[in-house]
Amino acid sequence: MSVLAQIAQDIEAADLQNIEAAGGAGMAYGLAAIGPGIGIGYLVGQAVQAMARQPESAGQVQTTMFLGIAFTEALALIGFVVFILLKFV
Amino acid sequence: MNAPANPLAMRMEGPSPAVEVAKDLARRGALIAPVAAMVGAIFWGTDGAVSVAYALAIVVVNFLLAAWSLGFAARISIALMAGVALFGFLIRLGLITLAVLLVRDAAWVELIPLGLTLIITHLGLLFWEMRFVSASLAFPGLKPKPGLDAAQASNSPTISDLSETKEHQ
Repeated sequence: MSVLAQIAQDIEAADLQNIEAAGGAGMAYGLAAIGPGIGIGYLVGQAVQAMARQPESAGQVQTTMFLGIAFTEALALIGFVVFILLKFV
Repeated sequence: MNAPANPLAMRMEGPSPAVEVAKDLARRGALIAPVAAMVGAIFWGTDGAVSVAYALAIVVVNFLLAAWSLGFAARISIALMAGVALFGFLIRLGLITLAVLLVRDAAWVELIPLGLTLIITHLGLLFWEMRFVSASLAFPGLKPKPGLDAAQASNSPTISDLSETKEHQ
């Protein structure tokens, strides 16, 4: 306990601010990647089901799936950009 | 109603329509690159122009990598394609992070135009591409060019043709 107390004393306010900023930025990035992950999983699952039910339209479904993935990925990119702007600017 | 095929055994053959769309996206990215770099140069100087070009390159490579990996996996199995789509998302996100973090301290990097370009060009190129994507079985990727013969479209199989073939089999 005394070691922990010593560490707490050594940490200055500026360090705390840096830790909070890094934690906040990391959390923003992590949370922003969860949503698209779920979205892409759902999207791809439905696309595979569509291809299995109608193999003749597989090409068309793949195009739609690719565009859907790219649009969903934009959400993660926004989270990433917020992360780099919060952390490094 | 057709019974669903086994996605583990099913695979796609021929050129991937996703790769076709991604190549078209890359072509459009190359078209807007000078304009985007000029905008970056106006607001942030030479460093801004270089950062915008770098971000645009990241976006285009990301599209090409996504399409190539999907097309490659779809030739093996549709189920593998699903896995590649999910893990590919994580890997490509990691690569983008790496590509930005590696240069963040470089003298020529301006993070604000780089970040803004990442988002704006990614979404902008996609919305632009939507106008040229076809929604027909004959052309699963891009719409045919106006000069392309209509015979090619009429010779291509439609849903009803394929259904009839299935029934005969």
